[in-house]
Amino acid sequence: MKQPAPHTFGRALFELLSSMRFAISLLSILAVASIIGTVLKQAEPYNNYLIQLGSFWFAVYEKLGLYDVYHAAWFLLILVFLVASTSVCITRNAPNFAREMKSFREHVSEQSLAAFKHQHSVTTGHAPDALAASAQRYLEGQGYKVKNLPHEDGVLLAAKAGSWNRLGYFLAHSAIVLICIGGLMDGNLVFKAQQLLGLKKIETRDIPQSQVPAISRLTPANLSFRGSVQIPEGSSADVAFLNVADGYLVQDLPFTVGLKQFRIEHYTTGQPKSFESDLELFDKSGKRIRTATIAVNHPLIHDGIAIYQASFADGGTRLSLQGWNLFAPGVTPFAVQGAVYQNTALTSSAGDYTLEFTDFRPFNIENMGGDIVPPAGDTMSVLGGSPVSDKKHLRNVGPSFQYKLRDARGQAREFSNYMLPLELDGRWYMMSGVRESPNEAFRYMRMPLDANGSLDSFMRLRGALLNVELRPEIAARFARQALPQNAWGSAIEDKLKFSATQVLALFAEGGFQALGKFIEAKVPAAEREKAAGTYLRILELSAFEALRLAHQQAGGAAPKADDATGWLVRDSLNSLSDLFVYGSPVYLQLMQFDEVKASGLQLTRSPGKNVVYFGSLLLTLGVFFMLFVRERRVWLRIKPGHALLAMSSAKQTIDFEKEFAQHASALDSLARPTAATAS
Amino acid sequence: MELALNAPHPLFKRLSWFDWLFAALVTAGGLFALSRYGDYMDIYEKAILLAMIPALSAFGWFWKPMRVLVIVITLVSLFAIGQYQGDLARMEQAFFLKYLISSQAAIMWMCALFGLATLAYWGGMLSRSEFTLRTASALTWCAVAMGFIGLMVRWYESYLIGADVGHIPVSNLYEVFVLFCLITAMMYLYYEARYQTRQLGALVLLVISAAVGFILWYTFDKGAHEIQPLVPALKSWWMKLHVPANFIGYGAFSLSAMLGVGYLLSARGILASRLPRPDIIDDMMYKAIAIGFVFFTIATILGAMWAAEAWGGYWSWDPKETWALIVWLNYAAWLHIRLVKGLRGPMLAWWAVIGLFVTTFAFLGVNMFLSGLHSYGTL
Repeated sequence: MKQPAPHTFGRALFELLSSMRFAISLLSILAVASIIGTVLKQAEPYNNYLIQLGSFWFAVYEKLGLYDVYHAAWFLLILVFLVASTSVCITRNAPNFAREMKSFREHVSEQSLAAFKHQHSVTTGHAPDALAASAQRYLEGQGYKVKNLPHEDGVLLAAKAGSWNRLGYFLAHSAIVLICIGGLMDGNLVFKAQQLLGLKKIETRDIPQSQVPAISRLTPANLSFRGSVQIPEGSSADVAFLNVADGYLVQDLPFTVGLKQFRIEHYTTGQPKSFESDLELFDKSGKRIRTATIAVNHPLIHDGIAIYQASFADGGTRLSLQGWNLFAPGVTPFAVQGAVYQNTALTSSAGDYTLEFTDFRPFNIENMGGDIVPPAGDTMSVLGGSPVSDKKHLRNVGPSFQYKLRDARGQAREFSNYMLPLELDGRWYMMSGVRESPNEAFRYMRMPLDANGSLDSFMRLRGALLNVELRPEIAARFARQALPQNAWGSAIEDKLKFSATQVLALFAEGGFQALGKFIEAKVPAAEREKAAGTYLRILELSAFEALRLAHQQAGGAAPKADDATGWLVRDSLNSLSDLFVYGSPVYLQLMQFDEVKASGLQLTRSPGKNVVYFGSLLLTLGVFFMLFVRERRVWLRIKPGHALLAMSSAKQTIDFEKEFAQHASALDSLARPTAATAS
Repeated sequence: MELALNAPHPLFKRLSWFDWLFAALVTAGGLFALSRYGDYMDIYEKAILLAMIPALSAFGWFWKPMRVLVIVITLVSLFAIGQYQGDLARMEQAFFLKYLISSQAAIMWMCALFGLATLAYWGGMLSRSEFTLRTASALTWCAVAMGFIGLMVRWYESYLIGADVGHIPVSNLYEVFVLFCLITAMMYLYYEARYQTRQLGALVLLVISAAVGFILWYTFDKGAHEIQPLVPALKSWWMKLHVPANFIGYGAFSLSAMLGVGYLLSARGILASRLPRPDIIDDMMYKAIAIGFVFFTIATILGAMWAAEAWGGYWSWDPKETWALIVWLNYAAWLHIRLVKGLRGPMLAWWAVIGLFVTTFAFLGVNMFLSGLHSYGTL
């Protein structure tokens, strides 16, 4: 390592790049730099970072390229330095190592052999040639390559083994260079250069791909890309989208991909078993050139472009819905037609809205069993415990759809409604979830079903309670029902009627909350609880009368005065009260759907892949040779009556010590008179 | 010393009748499996099965105790499979299955035996009792056998649940933790025999015991021992190669870290008279890291090739990939320092110990704290 002081910058650079210290530092820097990208989520929408970091740090991180660390200029620079350092290291060592591999180091002097740490001398009665011959046989048997060099006073045997260790060095280090080059070939260097020169620009607008200008498009000739595209069943695409920073690029494909069908298969437990897409490829003239089915782990490779099954989504399922105006007394639903990813105008009693259908799910696996029961504590039963999955509490609760309801001011809430009723605590409900932002979980409103399994009772009761005109009749019926016949017509009856009318009006205005506020305002603190109990009782009984009245008017059978009806009324009142925070003037029930699925494909062209694989092969071989082939050299200088054994190795391990001891004792045996005749 | 003079016999002459019997059994078993289940395998799986025949035979020839181990595992596993009579419910009814060799029972026995072996290694080391140490080795061997039997039977059980559910048990964190224990223990047993020193078992078994503790917590608290069907991304023959190769790497790195602890203790005079000489430990540590590095390299390359088929690119800078690279760079630097600079001593031992934390993070921490494509084992 001792070199004369470098004279020029080039020399100094060469020294730096090829130094061990520099290489180790690079490895460490690369490792630390890599950590960043695992801690900070990469390639998220920029808005997420802005929210997470605040505007100051957002700008700092953006400057540092931390949102896509592995493609940041400084990161690539580390890799370039790694390639440079490794290459320089190879060029520096190559000539030496190649010479070393071939050389037997036959010019070693006797003096230097005697100075070896591992040397052993013996006296012998054998002629030098005879001993040399037997020693050579021995060494060759041990896997050494031996060169016999006659000297004027005897023989020098120069032997070596494990030269492939040096070859391993070449293989492993060239492999690193190859792998990095392959990786850079598949990277985005070309695009980065084009971007710097102003030849290409990222598209950030949300516009149809056909309108994306040429400056943000990549031609089919592009050597390397990794993009994705979502294709609904029955449609096709001839582009892929490349996500770059906060925008995207459109990659034109040399062919058109059509999706015939997308399939999901499930295990009996409900987990997905396979995702498959039936694809058709067409050339630019529209001629079909290939059909294939791809699945996860089974891509299709066509024309150097690999097509992967990457994701799936709804492809625009058509939905038939019926809606109720929740705050109008009417009980007849209206029909709504829509499709996922499309908007529908909605006119309701509370104004005009836009319905934006965002998703449809044909099934939902939900945990319906409450807490998971832990396995029994008995050790023996656990020993024999069943490793079989117990998924009884998971259930498919059927289809659901999601939509946003946007009011005239542009404010939107998001809703998620199940198509089928759900059983909770032994009773059945229609569920509708609502949330204000995508980060929240859905809060569910549940509307009870009646004995016929329909929403009719709930909707009729809702209509009756909201109907001001019905209120006197409901109050009257309630009062009659609550009082014995002899009190009918008395002042108490009038008082009850008045209370009932008041309670019904309050409830229709703002649910339980309005009632609560009223009690707080009008009733002294000490009597509030009692008053609340009374009002609740009045409300429930009135509601029961309202239900009877509503059924009567609709020409239906009168509700039975049983537990089930009691629960129906109570549940209805609860959900009616929830309507005031539901945030939508309509409830939409999914009646029918015509599912269209979409398959998310990833399309990759990676010319560097084979370079990387070849590099990997070299790396494996190289590492193996370097670590498991030990390079050793043995010299045996034989003079009449005397022999000197010396041994050297770059790595003096315990194995080396053992081997030296073995060779030394072998020489002892060979040098002995009997051994010579024996062999 | 005549022996020293003779060139080593060619490999085939050195093999005993038992070696040949072993190879014959492995071949017969492999071919039987191929003929019986070949219809359910794709071409790659058939190739893997056929390649296992020479690989396992050669491994048995290279490390003789493997022959007995493989035969015992095979016989007991076949017995267990016979006990099932094709009915999963027999797990709770048949005596042997319930208490000994259903997969879960066998793995619990493995855990218990590793625990006992740890105690025995410590007892033997502290009391300098060769007999106790030999017992500890025997217990470790039994634990390894039980663990492999557990995995083999689990493989079969998964098919009893459903033909489409069945898969090799290296698919989730629970299963690979068992594999990790087994591989680490086997590597240690190999070096124990090779260096004729049992004292280090006390240290190495600590890391295995920690893994056993994790398995028990994972089983009883999380019910992770349940066999789950494979997610589509894992349904690939690559899993049979990538996962075991990776765990040879992880096992070897963990082994080297515990040897590093041994080195540091021994070099500082703590337990020095009871532990092997530092230079012997150093040599073992180097060998463990070398073998670990080779397999980790292969595993990462296999992982990249699998990723190219499943995720659409051989390298996506996914957190797991990135941390695999960090682990690789860490040990690459270690080997550079040791081989090129020729450095030895406490610095490298400390580094090997710290390497365990890096490795553990790559193996567990990434699953716990970071999200990504490679989220097959969550806590």
